[in-house]
Amino acid sequence: MTTPFRQSRRDFLKVSTAVGGGLALQLAIPASALAQAGAKGKGPELTAWIVINPDSSVVIRVARSEMGQGSSTGLAMLVAEELECDWRKVRTEFVSTGEQLRRNRAWGSMATGGSRSIRDSQEYLRRAGATAREMLVAAAAQRWKVPESECDAENGVIIHRPSRRRLRFGQLAQAASKLEPPGEVKLKDPKDWNLIGKPAPRLDIPDKVTGKPLFGIDVQLPGMVYAAIAQCPVFRGRLRSVADERILGLRGLIKVVKLEDAAAVVADNWWRANRMLKALPIEWDVGPNGGASTASIREFVRFGLEDTSVPVARNDGDVEAGFAAAAKVIEAEYYAPFLNHAPLEPMNCTALVKGGRVEVWAPTQNAEATHATAAATADVPLENVDVHLTHLGGGFGRRGFQDYTRQAVAIAKAVEGRPVKLLWSREEDMQHDYYRPMTLMRFKAGLDTAGNLIAWRIRDASHSILAGVRPQDIKEGVDRHALGGIVDLPYGVPNLRIEFAMRNSHVPVGFMRTVFHSQNPFMRECFVDEMAHVRIPPRPAASEAQGPRRARGSRQGLGVGIAAPGRRAPRHRCAGLARELCRRGIRGIGERCGRARHPARGRGGRSGLRGEPGFGGGAGAKLRRLRAHLGALGRDHLEPRPRRAIQLPRLPHHAPRRDAEEYRGGARPERRVLGRDGRDAARAARAGAVQRDLRRDRQANPLAAALEPGSAPRLMR
Amino acid sequence: MIELTVNGRKRSADVEPEMPLLWVLRDVLDVKGPKFGCGIAQCGACTVHLNGEPVRSCSVPVSAAAGQSVLTIEGLAQRGRMHPVQKAWIDHEVPQCGYCQSGQIMAAVALLKKNPNPSDRDIDAAMTNLCRCGTYARIRTAIHAAAQSMKPAKA
Repeated sequence: MTTPFRQSRRDFLKVSTAVGGGLALQLAIPASALAQAGAKGKGPELTAWIVINPDSSVVIRVARSEMGQGSSTGLAMLVAEELECDWRKVRTEFVSTGEQLRRNRAWGSMATGGSRSIRDSQEYLRRAGATAREMLVAAAAQRWKVPESECDAENGVIIHRPSRRRLRFGQLAQAASKLEPPGEVKLKDPKDWNLIGKPAPRLDIPDKVTGKPLFGIDVQLPGMVYAAIAQCPVFRGRLRSVADERILGLRGLIKVVKLEDAAAVVADNWWRANRMLKALPIEWDVGPNGGASTASIREFVRFGLEDTSVPVARNDGDVEAGFAAAAKVIEAEYYAPFLNHAPLEPMNCTALVKGGRVEVWAPTQNAEATHATAAATADVPLENVDVHLTHLGGGFGRRGFQDYTRQAVAIAKAVEGRPVKLLWSREEDMQHDYYRPMTLMRFKAGLDTAGNLIAWRIRDASHSILAGVRPQDIKEGVDRHALGGIVDLPYGVPNLRIEFAMRNSHVPVGFMRTVFHSQNPFMRECFVDEMAHVRIPPRPAASEAQGPRRARGSRQGLGVGIAAPGRRAPRHRCAGLARELCRRGIRGIGERCGRARHPARGRGGRSGLRGEPGFGGGAGAKLRRLRAHLGALGRDHLEPRPRRAIQLPRLPHHAPRRDAEEYRGGARPERRVLGRDGRDAARAARAGAVQRDLRRDRQANPLAAALEPGSAPRLMR
Repeated sequence: MIELTVNGRKRSADVEPEMPLLWVLRDVLDVKGPKFGCGIAQCGACTVHLNGEPVRSCSVPVSAAAGQSVLTIEGLAQRGRMHPVQKAWIDHEVPQCGYCQSGQIMAAVALLKKNPNPSDRDIDAAMTNLCRCGTYARIRTAIHAAAQSMKPAKA
C-alpha cells in the first residue's frame, strides 16, 4: 500500500458516492488546487495526520466518520503507537474535504462503512506515525549533534541513550517540521505494541456525556436560517405546485423553496419552518407508482418465488433427482420486510452558498461523496467546495447516501449568502430512507430415510442494492451480494440449487449494517432448525419397531446436529464436512485476515471467525483453528436441547399467481413500475386515505386551522 | 417575551407561547444538549428537568416553563465537577454515537433523585428513552454504579 503522502502527484481524485462502493466519479483537479495549505492548529504539522503543539499535546487528524463505532479513537491509536507520543495528550480532529482536495487526497478514503475504517487504513496510519517519529528523532539528533541511531522516542520524549539527555516533542516539532520526511520507515514489530490491541477509553465519550454540540444538528453559524422539508410521499413522484401565498406574511418565514420532488420552507427557526410547511398546501404528481402499497410490492417480489425461469447462482448435483429419492420433502417460505435505518439523529445538513463557493457541515458517512454532491448541485468546481465533518447521531449505512446534501445545497442556493440548516422531521426520515431490501425466500429440502439432507433448493426473491449503486457487479442476473449467507452456504449438500430472482420495485434500497447477512442467515438457520425437527415416516415392515425417527439434517453433518436417542453421531460425516468447509472457506478466511488487525481487539492469535483477527499464520495453523472451532461448535450443540417449534414469520405456501405474466422476465436489474391502469380504484382510495391523514394533521395544528379548514393538500391522480 | 431560568441563568425569548421548549432551547437560546429525535415525546432524546422533574421538552410548550427553572445536560456539572451519573457514564463507556445520551443521563439523574437505590426492574421501568445503538445494558450498569457512588459515606 502506498503512503498517502506519496500520492501527491496523482492527477485524479476518485470520489465514491456510496458506502460500500457506489458510483465512482473520476474528477480531474487542476494543478492550482494542489497548492499546499497551511497547517491548522497552533503547532506545526508533521505529515498530514499529525500536529504537535509546543506543550507536546498532539492533534491526530481523522478522515473517517465517527458514529459510535469508535474508529476515531482506534485510528488515532494506530498513529500514536508509532509516533510514541503521550496518549493522554492526544486529541483528534476531522479532516475537511477542501484540504483533502488541495492536498490531492493526502488522507486516503474518507468513506466509512462495511467495517473497513481500521483494516483499510491501518498501514498508512502506522506509517504516518512512524514518519513523524523519525522526523522528531532526526531533529533531536541534529540539535545534539549525535547519530540518530543513539536516539529513541518514548512517551512524547526523544531520549539520547548514551548521555540520557531528553527533549520533549513540543520542543522539537518546529525543527522537525522543516525536515524532509524519510522515504522508508520501519514499523514496530507487533510484539512491541503498547497501545494497539489494548483497551483504551474512547476519546469522544467525555464530550458526549456533557452535551457538547458535536452533531450535524448542533451546527450553529452566524445568520443561519432553518429549513424543513416535505418530500413526495410516493418515491419518484414530482412536486406539482405549492400554494405558498397561503403562508406569506407568517412569522419567521424567509422563503418557500421548490425542488423537483420536494418543497421546503425556510424560516428563522426550525419549529416555525416545520409548522408552516405542515400548513402549506402542496400538490404532488405521484407518477405511476401512486397505487403501490406494501402488499402490492410484496406480491411483486413474491412472484420471484413462482417465476419459472430465473438465474441460477449455484447448481450442485441434481436437486430434482434428490427430491424424487427423498423419504420426506419439506418446504417453507420466509419474508423480511423493508427496514428503516432510523438513526436517532434525523437526516440533516447545513450549507452556505456564497459567491460561487459552497461550504457544507454534515453528519455523513462519506464526506467526499458529500463534497462531490455539493459541487454538482451548486454547479461549482470541486475546489470551490468544503465539507466539514461532524459527529453522526447514528449512521448504520444510511448516511452514505447523499439525498439530504443535495437538498440542503439546493435550498442554500435559493437563499444565497445565508447558511441554511436543513433538518428532516422524524416522519420524513421514516418515509424517505434507502431501506434494507424486502426479501422473500423459499426453501425446499429432501431428507432420506435416515434423515440426511440430500437435496436443497433455495429460491431468493429480493431487491438488489447493487442494481442501484454498482450494477456492473451483477453477473448474469445474479447479485451475489444479495445472496450473502446463501451462496456461501456453510453446509455440504450433495444436491444443491440456489436461484436468484431480482425484483426491484420503485422503493430505494440501501446498505444497512450487515446488509443481507442480517436476514439471509436468519432464514437459512430457521429452516435448518425446521429440517432438524422433521419426523421421518416409519419405514415399512422390518424397521417398524423403531418407530418414528427424527431427521438428521445438515446440522448433524456439520458435527453440530441433534443427537438422536440411541444413535451415535456419524463421525465420518463430520470430518467430511470439515474438509468441505476447509476447501471452500479457508481461502476466504486467509484473504480477509491479511489486512485486518483491529487495534482495539488485539493482534491475532485469539479465536475468531471470518474477518476476525484470530486467523493469522500459515495454512496449517488456519486448519487447526478451524477444526478446533468446529469441534467447539459440535460440543456446544450436542448438548440435549429442548424440542420446540420456532414461531416464524411464515407465509402461506400458495399465493395467487394472477400477476405472474405481468411481472415475468424481471431478471434484469431494472426498476419496475408497480401501478397499473386497472388499479385506479385502489389508488384513489389510497389517495383519499392520505388526504384524511393530512387533514387530521392540520386539525391538530392551530396554524393550519387558522388558515382555512378543509384546504388539505390534494394528492394528484 | 417569555422568561425562564435555564441552568441557573435568567433567559428570555420572544417566541410564540406554544413553541416547544426544546426548540426555544436549541434554536433561540443556543442550548444544544437536548436533542430532537421524534418530536412526539417518544424517544426521550430531548429530556430536560423542569423544576426538577424530567420532561420531554419537544412536547412541552415554552409557556409551561415560563418563570420556571429548566436544567439541561449542560447545567448538570456543579462548580466544574461532573455529576456522578456523568462520571459513571464515562467509567462504563456508555455512549456509542451519543445522540440519545444527554436525554438518557437526564432521565437517570431524575430516577436516582427519586429512588437512590433502584433495582434492575426500577431502572427498566423508569428509563424509557430510546437508544438506536443499543447501549441499554451499559446504561443499567452505569446507573447502579452511580447509585453506589452517590451513597453518603458511612461514619
